[in-house]
Amino acid sequence: MIGLEHYLTISAILFCLAIAGIFINRRNLILLLMCIELMLLAVNFNFIAFSRSLGDETGQVFVFFILTVAAAEAAIGLAILVVLFRNQRSINVQELDSMKG
Amino acid sequence: MHGIHLTIVLAPLLAAVVAGLFGRQIGRAGAHWITVLAVGLSFVLSVLVLKNLYWDGGEPSNYNLYTWAVSDGLRMEVGFLVDRLTALMMVVVTFVSWMVHIYTIGYMHDDPGYQRFFSYISLFTFAMLMLVMSNNFLQLFFGWEAVGLVSYLLIGFWFRRETAIFANLKAFLVNRVGDFGFILGIAGVVMFTNSLDYATVFANADNIAAQNIEVFSGTPWNAMTVICILLFIGAMGKSAQAPLHVWLPDSMEGPTPISALIHAATMVTAGIFMVARMSPLFELSETALAVVLVIGAITAFFMGLLGIVQNDIKRVVAYSTLSQLGYMTVALGASAYSAAIFHLMTHAFFKALLFLGAGSVIIAMHHEQDIRKMGGLRKYMPITYWTALIGTLALIGFPGTAGFFSKDLLIEAVHESHWEGQGAIYWIGYLSVLLGVFVTALYSFRMFFLVFHGEERMDKETKSHLHESPGVVTIPLVLLAIPSAIIGWFTVEPVLFGEFFKEAIYATEAHNVLARMGEEWHGSEGLVSHSVMSPIFWLAASGAFVAWFLYLKRPDIPDKISQRFAGLYTLLDRKYYFDDLWIKGFAAGGRRIGQFLWHKGDELVIDGMIVNGTAKTIAGFAGVLRRVQTGYLYHYAFAMFIGMTLILAWLLWA
Repeated sequence: MIGLEHYLTISAILFCLAIAGIFINRRNLILLLMCIELMLLAVNFNFIAFSRSLGDETGQVFVFFILTVAAAEAAIGLAILVVLFRNQRSINVQELDSMKG
Repeated sequence: MHGIHLTIVLAPLLAAVVAGLFGRQIGRAGAHWITVLAVGLSFVLSVLVLKNLYWDGGEPSNYNLYTWAVSDGLRMEVGFLVDRLTALMMVVVTFVSWMVHIYTIGYMHDDPGYQRFFSYISLFTFAMLMLVMSNNFLQLFFGWEAVGLVSYLLIGFWFRRETAIFANLKAFLVNRVGDFGFILGIAGVVMFTNSLDYATVFANADNIAAQNIEVFSGTPWNAMTVICILLFIGAMGKSAQAPLHVWLPDSMEGPTPISALIHAATMVTAGIFMVARMSPLFELSETALAVVLVIGAITAFFMGLLGIVQNDIKRVVAYSTLSQLGYMTVALGASAYSAAIFHLMTHAFFKALLFLGAGSVIIAMHHEQDIRKMGGLRKYMPITYWTALIGTLALIGFPGTAGFFSKDLLIEAVHESHWEGQGAIYWIGYLSVLLGVFVTALYSFRMFFLVFHGEERMDKETKSHLHESPGVVTIPLVLLAIPSAIIGWFTVEPVLFGEFFKEAIYATEAHNVLARMGEEWHGSEGLVSHSVMSPIFWLAASGAFVAWFLYLKRPDIPDKISQRFAGLYTLLDRKYYFDDLWIKGFAAGGRRIGQFLWHKGDELVIDGMIVNGTAKTIAGFAGVLRRVQTGYLYHYAFAMFIGMTLILAWLLWA
């Protein structure tokens, strides 16, 4: 029988993968955005698992909100990325260090 | 009377303000007219006040005009105490000031700072009147500092001269030393009586004298002695007593009229006046009186000796002033306050006369002040000659002149005063003033002969221009010569032996030498006719004779003497090295401490360690910290993640 803990484990694995993706990826900014999306999905996974387990639909409603916001965020993020590329001629993360002290 | 008192004080102030601030609008003539008229008005009203108090039997007035501040029960007020002592000082101050105002019209005729000068001397008159008319310590201190300020401004009147700037700074700094003692004395008075008012303080004098004060813990001193000595330190500064006398000779850098007014006749006598005014306090401390007497004796004798070796005409008179101030101080120390004030009055006349006479000579010599380059001026300047002769005779105490009465009786008073167990101090005082008579006669006639008699040593150019000074210069000389010659005759009896100062000056039964002398008093004529029998006359005569012999008969001898006694001559020429003590010792020492604090304290510790040190530490720390800011996104994200993990861990397990 697949229980709550299995869902939570999947979700945690997904989240950790996303974080590792952010740290390890040093090339592509798009990958970064995808990792952030993956983190949000991991959170959504938790919401749904708990919602089902507790018999409360509020969590599932919340997931819809998050998906909407995530879509908007992805759109803005990609737009920034396009502008960045136009200015820098690169989306290499390792070259983006203008905040260096 | 209140209106009259206020007018006396405010007229010179108003004139000073007008001449000082609107000098350009009213012009040179306007400046001298308004100030001369204002001070003349003060003089006339002062005479009226004196007349009312003495001849018409008016009561002394003591009242407050204005309460400036009240702090914890201590009232700080502006008020006047006008008794005969005050009235006498007011007449002397305004008269000499008036004469000097008139004289200045001639002396400063071509000076570009004409209006400024008149403004200053009128302001001085105001300040001096505030000082003598005060009825409380605070106003006394105000007047005290105000005359010091004007003195500073006037010594440095020719502010483009380096020596004048040095002299006025020196005068100011040396006076600060005295004023420090003075203000501590006033603080002592307030501490014991919680009042600044003279009448209240004098009423509590016995109370103060009964208490002790521990300046250094473990050694209780009598409170009255401490207060009186501190007040006297103030008098030493202002009245130029050794060792704080060094500023007075240098103050001769100022124009001659102010040397006459401020540094001979009035301001420097403020200390004498103050001690006489405080006589109810000083009487209660024999220790303080002994200090006063010894300091005065040292000043009277040793400063007189310096007058013999000076060659600048004004400096000779300046050292003479120091010596005469010493005489007055000795009289104060001997409890003969009236004798001191009497000598103050006669001295104001004849010393102002001598200074103005010296100024007249300086005008004629085209601002040459070296008496070795003068000589034989008698036939060119008859009025100056005769008035200077009267002044010199009054200074040495020639029988019948004003100086004779004051000085003879002053010495007599010192002779008469001997207290229990203070024999040595008494002998120091008496011998100093007695031998001082010889010295006074020697330096006075040395200068007189070198200037007015003997061969004419000036160059041809100067000689061809020699002529008597104009009327505005000679009239004050004549007007000052008259009191110098005759004022002693009719004032000596009431001032010294009468009840002239009975409300103002207090001397205990045991100290009251003048009362003892009064019992044997046979009138002015008796004193003059017996003068040839006293040693004082013969000392003065021998001094004058020695001066005649050395400087007219055998002018080659003085050089030989100075070569023979080179060591002594150098000691006198260097003024006992007092200037070196103050300038190279205290002033240079102060500068060295300042340099040390500047380089080590300020530059090294404060600037180097505290101010720049803080900045440098922060900069170094920031240099380390900036390495953390790599600018890479994943580093920030990593830090965020680690941080969040730590916070979560803390929330879970803490």
